[in-house]
Amino acid sequence: MSEKVILNISGVNKRFGGLAALTDVGIKIMQGQIYGLIGPNGAGKTTFFNVITGLYQPDTGTFELAGKPYSPSAPHEVAKAGIARTFQNIRLFGEMTALENVMVGRHVRSHQGVFGAVFRHKAARQEEAAIRARAQELLDFVGIGAFADRTSKYLSYGDQRRLEIARALATDPQLLALDEPAAGMNATEKLALRELLVKIKAEGKTVLLIEHDVKLMMGLCDRITVLEYGKPIAEGVPAEIQKNQAVIDAYLGGAHK
Amino acid sequence: MALLNFNVQDRPRQAYTSMAVLLIGLLIFPFIAAQFGNSWVRIIDIALLYIMLALGLNIVVGFAGLLDLGYIAFFAVGAYLTGLLASPQFAQLLESIVNYSPAVGATLVSWFGPGIQQNGIHLSVWLIVPLAAAVAGLCGALLGAPTLKLRGDYLAIVTLGFGEIIRIFMNNLNDPINFTNGPQGINSIDPVRIFAVNLAGEPGSRANVVLGGFSMPSVNAYYFLFLFLCIAIVFVTARLQHSRLGRAWVAIREDEIAAKAMGINTRNVKLLAFSMGASFGGVAGAMFASFQGFVSPESFSLTESIAVLAMVVLGGIGHIPGVVMGGVLLAALPEVLRHVVEPAQVAVFGKVLIESEVLRQLLYGLALVLIMLNRPAGLWPSPKHEDRPDAAETNKGEAFPA
Repeated sequence: MSEKVILNISGVNKRFGGLAALTDVGIKIMQGQIYGLIGPNGAGKTTFFNVITGLYQPDTGTFELAGKPYSPSAPHEVAKAGIARTFQNIRLFGEMTALENVMVGRHVRSHQGVFGAVFRHKAARQEEAAIRARAQELLDFVGIGAFADRTSKYLSYGDQRRLEIARALATDPQLLALDEPAAGMNATEKLALRELLVKIKAEGKTVLLIEHDVKLMMGLCDRITVLEYGKPIAEGVPAEIQKNQAVIDAYLGGAHK
Repeated sequence: MALLNFNVQDRPRQAYTSMAVLLIGLLIFPFIAAQFGNSWVRIIDIALLYIMLALGLNIVVGFAGLLDLGYIAFFAVGAYLTGLLASPQFAQLLESIVNYSPAVGATLVSWFGPGIQQNGIHLSVWLIVPLAAAVAGLCGALLGAPTLKLRGDYLAIVTLGFGEIIRIFMNNLNDPINFTNGPQGINSIDPVRIFAVNLAGEPGSRANVVLGGFSMPSVNAYYFLFLFLCIAIVFVTARLQHSRLGRAWVAIREDEIAAKAMGINTRNVKLLAFSMGASFGGVAGAMFASFQGFVSPESFSLTESIAVLAMVVLGGIGHIPGVVMGGVLLAALPEVLRHVVEPAQVAVFGKVLIESEVLRQLLYGLALVLIMLNRPAGLWPSPKHEDRPDAAETNKGEAFPA
């Protein structure tokens, strides 16, 4: 594994009125890692995610992607810079087919405007064909290639999750950020998801993962950060995290000793 | 719709055959209709204008999902632009400026010259159409900009307000400087003239257009012009729909936050939708003004906005053939009723029991209610992809590699 830092974020503070949702949170992800972010409900994981991807504006913080500073001021800018995300509650383009969903993901890496759309000159046709081919390739990659022409809202739950990942991958991200991809999945589906994530990692992609399923995380992640009440309380490889007293207290309460 | 099929992607052969059949039908149509009187062709001319409007609105409402209740404003912009630049109105405008502020007026008069001061500006249709599209498109972007953060009901209310503002402007911009001639409207707007052929017919020709020894009524000539424009607009919107931009519009309609997260600059893409939709409205407005020779604020009331929206929704929101059909039905049926119902009542009862206007309102409302109850996606909605085609078969394979 190369030792290139993909995402380097530090000193993130975010307040909602009187509530300190994030206090001095930082994260450093190396290329090719699967990086986990865990914490009890309400710990600020999704808030942190939304800050990284430009959905919320942080009060303070420095943001670097692949050695270059990026500004998380607008989600589309972040996507262009190279972070693609999925959502905790799946957000597909319901009326579009699976293939069209992934084709939308190529938007940010393609250029045709009104002129190209109307006159379909050679460059426009080539770009359109490339978008379609790449989208189909990604659907095959996540294992739902056979459903390319299905309306996405009628796909099964697990397949919708896969489709969302394919759509995120279509933006050619440096970092793939997944917000609770295993939420609501049964054991078989979780296993399949795990295989998919390993496959994505094998392609050299870097993944940031929020998840509740500790078992899944421990086996999958290279490093983990634990948040509680908006503060990082531990950071390390899974084995360290499992033994960390602060983490155990956070999850089980201090009284179990 | 088994007879005609316009699904070029899945069944190109059938689709192109359908188009050819339809085109031939449309080309001979006015000659048949003219046998029963020019007023029938005139009805279809107006219907074609409404189709242009409905297709433009379909971009905003159908593709991008932005409910616009003030769309008729762009029709008004195109119509009044034509009124100002292709009629004696500009002379009146200059005169009012001279009266209001002689210094500015004198400068403008010397700038434009005595010809324009006497007769106004009379631009050719070749300039009017692109200009109307551009100015209406700009208005679309300007009116769209403040509404970018609004959706649904709120957007509808704001756009409704904008539509009314434009109409009220047209009603009142006659004093102290006379842009629009107020409630009296602008008249003697030039008819369309293409390659020295006057589509209204030369004076003394009794509104017959002579084209190389072949003569046809003026309404037929306009029919072909409007038909050409409609086909052009259908072509452009269909191509836009199946493009990177069309997908971005639909993505915004389906889930704006996800669209943003996928890297779509929703601000620009929405403004483009407003602007493209408005420019088609502007072209339709320019044609309307030239066709009627007269524009007044009455033609651009809220009811018109609602009528165009009803065409889109009733025909099949987001589906171009459906929208065209909605336009034909809602624009032509009232006129047909007017021509048929009263004579029919006279024939049967010996007198008119229900006026066609009353009946029209009644049927219009009834049609909307029935269609919304029975076909909520419109009369001719987008073809749905099979929900679970051969599900058993495809599931055998790679649905779950685990």
